[in-house]
Amino acid sequence: MDRIPILKLGPFLLVTIQVDLYDRLALNLENDLITMVSKTGARGVLIDISAVSIVDSFMGRILGNIASMSGIMDAQTVVVGMQPAVAITLVELGLTLQGVHTALDVEKGMELLQDKIGPDYLQEQDEEEELDDRTE
Amino acid sequence: MQIVREQDVVLFRNRVREYSTKIGMSLVNQTKLITAASELVRNMLKYANGGQVVIEIISKSAQNGVRLTFTDQGPGIADIQQAMQDGFSTGKSLGLGLPGAKRLVNEFDIQSKPGEGTRVTVIHWKHGR
Repeated sequence: MDRIPILKLGPFLLVTIQVDLYDRLALNLENDLITMVSKTGARGVLIDISAVSIVDSFMGRILGNIASMSGIMDAQTVVVGMQPAVAITLVELGLTLQGVHTALDVEKGMELLQDKIGPDYLQEQDEEEELDDRTE
Repeated sequence: MQIVREQDVVLFRNRVREYSTKIGMSLVNQTKLITAASELVRNMLKYANGGQVVIEIISKSAQNGVRLTFTDQGPGIADIQQAMQDGFSTGKSLGLGLPGAKRLVNEFDIQSKPGEGTRVTVIHWKHGR
């Protein structure tokens, strides 16, 4: 059975989709990614779809699922590299990929992920300090 | 072309791409047509366990286009008007397939009778929006 490779890059997971996905492959990817998030404790998932020429409602749903599932597992998902024709088609289709963060390319996606987990960490520390203040 | 397995979807999409490239359709229009085709072929697999698609190049007043005819012997659609609404689905999907596909092509026709199957015809012209 074919599989899409998932690379671990620091606190993030990187997936580059190089082929047009058929359904089984997309479902496997969804499964593998969530398993990897749980196994590695990754804080972010970066999905590069620059080589994908067709995103239909099924594929869009898979992307949405990955984002919400990894969200529950405390990891952010960013989809990068969408082709302009794909973006036009998605909007006309009526699919706005709600809840999925996007960025133009892998580099910007990485920055976005770092920003996203950065403030979270800071906020957690602030809250801990506030709690400390109150107990004093 | 016969569609019976989900792997056929990718083959079929490539075939549609070949035809639309042949008539010089722009990338955006190609993507729209293929995405619509992908939605329709997925419906066919899901609700009717497959069916047949005919891909044709047609011309009308000096303009070329690609016509796809999807025919299945599935359960048919009881209420076409309802099926064409955004967000309506008898399966567990988003319900964007039929209405979304209609928005992506220039011409869209659907014929269906419960128990007899469904036929969907879509056309995208070379210079269509």
